[in-house]
Amino acid sequence: MYEFQEQIGFPILTVITFLPALGGLAVLFARGKPNVYKGITLAVTGVNFLLSLVLIQYFDRYTATMQFVEKVPWISSLGISYHMAVDGISVLLIMLTTLLSLIIVPASWNYIKDRELQFFAAFLFLETGLIGVFCARDLFMFYVFWEVMLIPMYFIIGVWGGPRRIYAAIKFFLFTFAGSLLMLIAIVAIAYLARSNPFATPVFDMDLLENATFSYQVQVLAFLAFFIAFAVKVPMWPLHTWLPDAHVEAPTAGSVILAGVMLKVGGYGMLRLCIPLFPDAVVAIAPYILVLSIIAIVYGALVSLVQKDLKKLVAYSSVSHMGFVTAGIFALNIVGIEGGIMVMFSHGLLTGALFLMVGFLYERLHTREISEMGGLAGPFPVMAAFFSFFALASLGLPGLSGFVGEFLSLVGLFTYSKPMAAVASIGIILAAAYLLWMYQRVMFTGLRDQKWYKVPDYSLREIVSLAPLGILAVWAGVYPNTFLQLIQPPAARLTEKMAPYMAESGSVVERIFASLGGLF
Amino acid sequence: MMKTAVLLIPLLPLASFIITGLFGKRYFKEKSQYLSVAAVAVSWLLSIYLIIQVERGEELSWQVYSWIAAGKFKVDIGFLVDQLTAVMLLVVSTVGFMVHVYSIGYMKGDGGYYRFFAYLNLFMFSMFMLILGNNFLMLYVFWEAVGLCSYLLISFWYTKQSAANAGTKAFLVNRVGDFGFGLGIMLIFVTLGTLSYSGVFENAGRIGSGTITAICLLLFMGAMGKSAQFPLHVWLPDAMEGPTPVSSLIHAATMVNAGVYMVARSSPLFHQSHTAMFVVALVGTFTAIFAASIGLVQNDIKKVLAYSTVSQLGYMFAALGVGAWAAGMFHLVAHGFFKGLLFLCSGSVIHAVSGEQDMRKMGGLKNKIKITYWTFVIGALAISGFPGLAGFWSKDSVLAGAFNGGYWYFWLVGLIAAFMTAFYMFRLIFMTFHGKPRDVELYSHAHESPRSMTIPLIVLAIPSVLIGLVLGLPPEDGHIDRFLEPVFEAVKGEAHHFGALDVGLMALSAGIGLAGIFLAWVFYIKRPELPEKAGAHVGVLYKAALNKYWIDEIYFALFINPVRALGRGLWRWVDVGIIDGFVNGSARFFRGVGMVLRPAQSGKIQAYMFSMLLGLLALLLVYLALTI
Repeated sequence: MYEFQEQIGFPILTVITFLPALGGLAVLFARGKPNVYKGITLAVTGVNFLLSLVLIQYFDRYTATMQFVEKVPWISSLGISYHMAVDGISVLLIMLTTLLSLIIVPASWNYIKDRELQFFAAFLFLETGLIGVFCARDLFMFYVFWEVMLIPMYFIIGVWGGPRRIYAAIKFFLFTFAGSLLMLIAIVAIAYLARSNPFATPVFDMDLLENATFSYQVQVLAFLAFFIAFAVKVPMWPLHTWLPDAHVEAPTAGSVILAGVMLKVGGYGMLRLCIPLFPDAVVAIAPYILVLSIIAIVYGALVSLVQKDLKKLVAYSSVSHMGFVTAGIFALNIVGIEGGIMVMFSHGLLTGALFLMVGFLYERLHTREISEMGGLAGPFPVMAAFFSFFALASLGLPGLSGFVGEFLSLVGLFTYSKPMAAVASIGIILAAAYLLWMYQRVMFTGLRDQKWYKVPDYSLREIVSLAPLGILAVWAGVYPNTFLQLIQPPAARLTEKMAPYMAESGSVVERIFASLGGLF
Repeated sequence: MMKTAVLLIPLLPLASFIITGLFGKRYFKEKSQYLSVAAVAVSWLLSIYLIIQVERGEELSWQVYSWIAAGKFKVDIGFLVDQLTAVMLLVVSTVGFMVHVYSIGYMKGDGGYYRFFAYLNLFMFSMFMLILGNNFLMLYVFWEAVGLCSYLLISFWYTKQSAANAGTKAFLVNRVGDFGFGLGIMLIFVTLGTLSYSGVFENAGRIGSGTITAICLLLFMGAMGKSAQFPLHVWLPDAMEGPTPVSSLIHAATMVNAGVYMVARSSPLFHQSHTAMFVVALVGTFTAIFAASIGLVQNDIKKVLAYSTVSQLGYMFAALGVGAWAAGMFHLVAHGFFKGLLFLCSGSVIHAVSGEQDMRKMGGLKNKIKITYWTFVIGALAISGFPGLAGFWSKDSVLAGAFNGGYWYFWLVGLIAAFMTAFYMFRLIFMTFHGKPRDVELYSHAHESPRSMTIPLIVLAIPSVLIGLVLGLPPEDGHIDRFLEPVFEAVKGEAHHFGALDVGLMALSAGIGLAGIFLAWVFYIKRPELPEKAGAHVGVLYKAALNKYWIDEIYFALFINPVRALGRGLWRWVDVGIIDGFVNGSARFFRGVGMVLRPAQSGKIQAYMFSMLLGLLALLLVYLALTI
């Protein structure tokens, strides 16, 4: 029952998960000493980032089996264990999480005026929740971390947000909570249904669940419950409307984590739970999910095009970009799945950077209205250079990270269905339209007010926050194999899992209705 | 050694871009040109070396590293150097080098001097990589990269609204083309499982006829965007907002040829689809005459040249489409030199008259700016097909290819367009340099450009005169035909013997060119009142051409405004209206339900017990339903 993989001398997953929470507790004791608690936050997130690099270093990237396994029985009577392990997908996203968590510390160094201590503590707890979700191999733990991640974010939006923060926070909470509730029901249901006999303990362990077989109707129902929970997070159309409000109201650091990592939790959940646990249902329902994904790609881009608020524009562009994630994943082939994961990674870097830059801009101009900007490349040349870099990366310029993911995702989708890929490709034209038009209105043409020349350009602190994201974006664009190698084995494993069901023919709609009919 | 050269050719400009871009503003300032020009000069020398190697029969196919490997999708970064690459290298490196030198003088004193040279270097890197790459994905990648440089340089003077608009427009129209290009690449991959040139071309025969037509047309869509073919030509005239050296290098001599290069490179694919070939020829021929007709009436000196470029690119596609592959590449080379020259000359004129581009305000400049004038005339004669000069041989080989291929209708249209070409070029010359100065103020301040600008003009005038004689003689079996033979071996048509008929055709096209020049002389020198009369006579046609057939307006009405309206509608009605309406409505609903249910919280234990029982029963039912 006890299992501890001696890949590295200490339980690294436990450390990397709980270190931020411990740091958060320490921060709470440093009341009134801003330099102390900021220092603690910086140190903890820094150490955690280094730990994630150690993790990647020791990670064996040529196998799909779960690594760094830590398994201890916890609530034996219910079959719950403390079980942590990672594969390439988790490792990549953990690295993204620790990096973004580290970056937002200097970025919000002087940003928060009120209850700063609690702000940094909330972020540290949030980091624990996020990393925990990526490490958990036990459904019960997964759910606990899932909730741990939601609560600090709810406060970050509701306490440190903009004028309409309460509305945004409640909307965020309602959407995600509705999803969580469905997921909880599904978790309990499958834990009990996976038992070998009615007297056995429930099964929460993902390793065991992956080998359990569920009847078709259970698969469909449980899949949908999980899927809706994750789709809210992604967010998929039409469950996305919490996102623009949450982003506009959230403080910069909140937006960075929200867009950079939290949205990925949705895609991660689909990869980690939906596909391995319910492969039969996935194959059947995938076409509908693809249609929703394509709607998200085009819809998000169209709505982005007409936004007047810079932050809302970036928020809606996330809906469009994340559409490529689900489109790639549910194309159900290796290329598509790897593409989807690459889009997640790249979107984390780029949208994180875009939100940071919107924040930096807001700190200078005190507005996010695009119509009040224009000609800013004159007074802020360094800002303009960074802005153009990340906007271009985000519109999928080859050589930068956005392209690799989107292109692979489209190739995967093209393999699945040519017309779908053709429609999704329109999103790439539209991405260029909304990003370049935005850039033009913000940075080009005449300057509105000469007073901006008196405002300083990017400081070293701001450049240092953005530079790592830029370097990774170039790296992932020029030599994406570093990252693709990590995700190739797990992606291959997922497709193997679905392979037996791919050949099944017959109308999907009929099968779903037949299975649902069996319930009554 | 060859590998080193191939690596250094693109990497030197890249290194210079990075260094100039990072340190130019603070440290190099007005000295930014040294590194940039030096890097491109070395690249130029290395290109010449490579061309000589290829001429000797050397070839290079080199996988440098595995770029993307995801499942079965494997693409390398690798180089391919063959005759086609060599021909492109010749044009790109030579014009590129000259434009760099020219920019020293032209951009002097500009606030963004360092930025300009950095962007030019980035362009050179991207363009070199585009022609050196050995697979379709690299072609696509650097295709977009040159598009980026084009965007950056068009909107170089970003404070101008028109420049900012033009840059965005160029990128977007190209993206529309790339939409097709990208899908074409995916279709190749799904069909053949590879994207390397060698892998694709070797297996081209295995592709079904419908699929190969689809692939070719999708690829050609990309070519139409980049090479500004109708109906995706709209961005190129607007791109003239960029500094003139950019117009010369990117929007005349090199980048816009990428589409022609792509079709020529993919000749084994296009060769198999008669439909695709015909579409290429049709689009090319139509664009040739369509753009020429707009060029007839433009008054902006650069706009005339821009429409001329669109028209000449049309010739190249027409040649490729009728199967005259080598002729298309020949015209690409010749055009690269003389159009690069013409743009640099126009830049020198604009420089002389302090930024004025309207030809109606010029006139009589020939004595003031002699070098510019004479090189301009050489370029104009070359493009008009004056016997012996570059354009004569190359354009004739295009037209002869169409005629001998049995496409007499394309030949006829091409001939008419050639007449227009000669006319609008000499209309430009006469309006700009001859007659009386129309704006005395401008005229009196006119001055010849510095030597850094005039030397490139002279250097580029040489190939404009000679390259046809060197490469094109004897017709259809000239040096370029033999040089490119290995590339187009598999797709060659029947052997054709140069005979009396061909001499007749040649004479005819020469005559047509001279007639165009003569007509321009009558219109703008002999009887200057004629243009207005003629314009009034064909009022509608004149107005249509002057307004570029209202294509921009049509696009706004058909695409841009509806798309924006759609976005607004989706946002206001679907997002805020329906979805949020539902969410907020359900919140209200639950509050309402709460009000109704409040009495249930009565504090009576029996009521609680009863509801608990009900709940348990419901759960049990669900559980049974799930298990049975």
